[in-house]
Amino acid sequence: MDTTAFTFVVFFGSLVAGFLGALTGLGGGVVIVPLLTLALGVDIRYAVGASLVSVIATSSGAAAAYLREGFSNIRIGMFLELATTLGALLGAHLASHLPTRVIAAIFGIALLFSAYFSAREHPKISSDQTPDPLAQKLKLDGRYPTPEGMQEYHVRGVPLGFSLMFGAGTLSGLLGIGSGAVKVLAMDRAMCIPFKVSTTTSNFMIGVTAAASAGVYLRRGYIDPGLAMPVMLGVLCGSMLGAAALIRLRTHVLRILFSLVIVALAIEMILNAIKGRI
Amino acid sequence: MDDRRIEKAISILLRGGVLFSAMVVLCGGILYLAQFGNRVPDNHVFHGEPTELRSVSGTIRAALSGRAGGIIQLGLLLLILTPIIRVVISVVAFAAEHDYMYVTFTLMVLAVLLYSLTGA
Repeated sequence: MDTTAFTFVVFFGSLVAGFLGALTGLGGGVVIVPLLTLALGVDIRYAVGASLVSVIATSSGAAAAYLREGFSNIRIGMFLELATTLGALLGAHLASHLPTRVIAAIFGIALLFSAYFSAREHPKISSDQTPDPLAQKLKLDGRYPTPEGMQEYHVRGVPLGFSLMFGAGTLSGLLGIGSGAVKVLAMDRAMCIPFKVSTTTSNFMIGVTAAASAGVYLRRGYIDPGLAMPVMLGVLCGSMLGAAALIRLRTHVLRILFSLVIVALAIEMILNAIKGRI
Repeated sequence: MDDRRIEKAISILLRGGVLFSAMVVLCGGILYLAQFGNRVPDNHVFHGEPTELRSVSGTIRAALSGRAGGIIQLGLLLLILTPIIRVVISVVAFAAEHDYMYVTFTLMVLAVLLYSLTGA
């Protein structure tokens, strides 16, 4: 396979990944690294570098749309970005010290987690909570539009949420994924932030988190232009098409199918890591 | 500047930044395939990018001299800069609201991002 053929294969693979990622809300990043490493034999460090770049592209594009709808909470996002960017720096440094098979194994486990997370129902949060002093001091409480008008919410569990965010940043920097699942978990479970606010604010944060580790990756020589080019363009086109199709499609079955694909990829990644083939 | 206007400005910046960097990457990509399209890709074994493509200044030099890899890398760099500029706008926005606690937080995030990119 010459470079032209390789580029087109990667482009179309990334297009499908971005399309399904946008439709199911899981993000294209989670399947890019397995696709490149397992199917095309790319070194996992180049794969992670290329995936990270595509994550910035999709997150920034989606955040632009959500911001206008008024769901994202900029203060929550900025405060928690302190944790995610520091975590991302740590993750990017770990990436150059850990053996590639260990990275592959952690990747597999993270994939299983995101598949489980997407299959599960998100909890309903009661709106009659008492304000939390620390959250009030940090001005994290906010309001968001609902069909019944503007709804206020109170944030709590700030230390736990902040710690989980540090972990999410580390995973993002280590694996080149957005780790949206961990971010949403930290916000809606630990901090009791409404689901819609959590997901949109998470998306808003993913770009900044990924930029923090992308800088380190660039300086380490992990970002290969020949590989990152088709991945970025493919995921970007795919996610734009996915966002447009989302309005017209029933995504429930697709979500289950995509989760199964992710589980299969996760097992394959872990097996390869155990056998030392990655 | 009120919150809605800031959000609108950030939204335009994010979308514009992504589209512009994608255009630069696409131009570099076409040139890249025209030059190296019939070679065998060598990303199976990790050896790292050349030093030139590992820094902001090196990437700009490579792009200005018209090298395909440099142009793609410049596009990717613009993409990485998009969220960083978003953080810069937030600093200004919080300062305009006299919210100095959040000016501090945002400056700290900015410091982490710049450290990552330039590696002080």
